[in-house]
Amino acid sequence: MTDSSPDTWSVAGQTFTSRLIVGTGKYKDFAENAAALKASGAEIITVAVRRVNVSDPSQPMLTDHISPKDYTFLPNTAGCFTADEAVRTLRLAREAGGWDLVKLEVLGEAKTLYPDMRETLKATETLVAEGFKPMVYCVDDPIAAKQLEEAGAVAIMPLGAPIGSGLGIQNRVTIRLIVEGAGVPVLVDAGVGTASDAAIAMELGCDGVLMNTAIAEAKEPIRMAEAMKLAVQAGRHSYLAGRMGLRRYADPSSPLAGLI
Amino acid sequence: MLKVIINGEDKRVSPGSVADMVRALGFQPEKLAVERNREIVPRSMLGEVMVADGDMFEIVHFVGGG
Repeated sequence: MTDSSPDTWSVAGQTFTSRLIVGTGKYKDFAENAAALKASGAEIITVAVRRVNVSDPSQPMLTDHISPKDYTFLPNTAGCFTADEAVRTLRLAREAGGWDLVKLEVLGEAKTLYPDMRETLKATETLVAEGFKPMVYCVDDPIAAKQLEEAGAVAIMPLGAPIGSGLGIQNRVTIRLIVEGAGVPVLVDAGVGTASDAAIAMELGCDGVLMNTAIAEAKEPIRMAEAMKLAVQAGRHSYLAGRMGLRRYADPSSPLAGLI
Repeated sequence: MLKVIINGEDKRVSPGSVADMVRALGFQPEKLAVERNREIVPRSMLGEVMVADGDMFEIVHFVGGG
């Protein structure tokens, strides 16, 4: 990387500078959410699709505080447990926003929120056939990742740990294998708890990191958003710089010659 | 009045277009997506598709999520 060639990444033909994608859930209020987004430097944010409150139309709306003019909205299918529900949700999202770039997640069970890969693959195929550009949340399985890519996923987004757990990257080997085998961007989605987790994801060669709870549930979300921005940048630089080799024992940094 | 179901709730609405119904509920159609009897009503058609007795609607918008 040189100063003259900015380090960007592209998904489905759109180019971005920030490698941090952040969610918009669990914040105290829209003002804090908006401030955290700004501090994170994110260009893409995830949003959910839900019924309007028919009995109270005066409730504040997300889009009144966070504008699709300022961020690329990535509608998700959180809470969907079948391919049919997920596809139905994203058809509505496309109508509400007009965007083809979406985040697909099809969950297998409520306790772990682990992805159901059979339904996820089925939904990916349907979405691609309908012209969507799905970025797909998945297990950290290099074979499943390949299958998603073959089905037309525009990005592979393996979990680092269960959604909302903050446990960090549990299996660096599988994340690295997915990165090495992928022809589309790979982003760790879910499991990041603190800044070092985000840096690890980037050091493994991921194109980006997606997170929500790690920022929203920090004691100071806006400061944590800034920390995550820096961690993603640090991890990316570290990956590009190429880390030193590991040694089993010490190797002095000061010369041995000339000792008194 | 027409009997319809909106987001799982029984409602009575005046005859008119889907856009009229959404406005009467207090929402701006351009901020929402509408599904009628499990089919998307394209935004460009909201003013033309007429509400029929027994219709089932889902009206959604974007909320915070990860």
